[in-house]
Amino acid sequence: MKVKPKIGLISCSGEGLSEGLISRVATRRILEERDDVVTICLPLFIAGGQEERDFARDNPCITVDGCSKMCAAKGVKMYGKVQPKSSIIISEIVEKDSHLKPKSKNKIEPEDEKLVHETMKAITKEIEKVQEKDE
Amino acid sequence: MSEKKKSRCIIIPCSGIGKAVGTVSRRATYIVTNELLPNDTDSICLPLLTIKDKETVRKIRETPCITVDGCIAQCAKKNVEHHKGMLKGEIKILDIIKENPKLKPGTVLDIAADGEKLARKAAEKVVKIMGGNC
Repeated sequence: MKVKPKIGLISCSGEGLSEGLISRVATRRILEERDDVVTICLPLFIAGGQEERDFARDNPCITVDGCSKMCAAKGVKMYGKVQPKSSIIISEIVEKDSHLKPKSKNKIEPEDEKLVHETMKAITKEIEKVQEKDE
Repeated sequence: MSEKKKSRCIIIPCSGIGKAVGTVSRRATYIVTNELLPNDTDSICLPLLTIKDKETVRKIRETPCITVDGCIAQCAKKNVEHHKGMLKGEIKILDIIKENPKLKPGTVLDIAADGEKLARKAAEKVVKIMGGNC
């Protein structure tokens, strides 16, 4: 029986923007809740070896980016030579509801929890879509 | 006319999401850039170097950089070296832990009080490096 690969969740974790922290925390919480997802530190695409660069080919990837520069999505294309199965951009979630704009890049403030929750909901929805397609 | 002040040094954490030491590196960077030397330091998103963003590559070639890495993979240092950035110093959180074996960082999402202490010690080392090199 062929074992299905786990879904790769790749967060930008960008340090320069509060949305980068949201991407990191939402991704990490999903990773701790589920056993059908795995991750990789994005900068390992350069710092690691071929095994790290093959991550995106070995695992169908969902990228979680803080801003429109989309480092995670671009990293998957650049090093994995594949398109992410799905891409989530936090700044687009914020655009739909400006009250969700995160306050700090240093720590999750209580008022940022709603955005983390919305991002986790979006990630979960995309995981289910990717799993449905693969069935 | 106001001119944007140029930072003396760019502090770059590793962006690691797999281990608590990655979060300690991130926290150490914010202690330097927000609290200890806010007028002299800046940071960048490391993933911008990974995707070869031209503006970010230019910035690390023109400005002295200090990297703060969580684990032995040393992603921050290797990304800066890959792009021939002006690397003036490097900190490894694992070294700080070796020097302070009683301090155990918590988790990726909550580094706890010991993680915060390690971050402060790493931040102080960054400031020390800056004193001599940047």
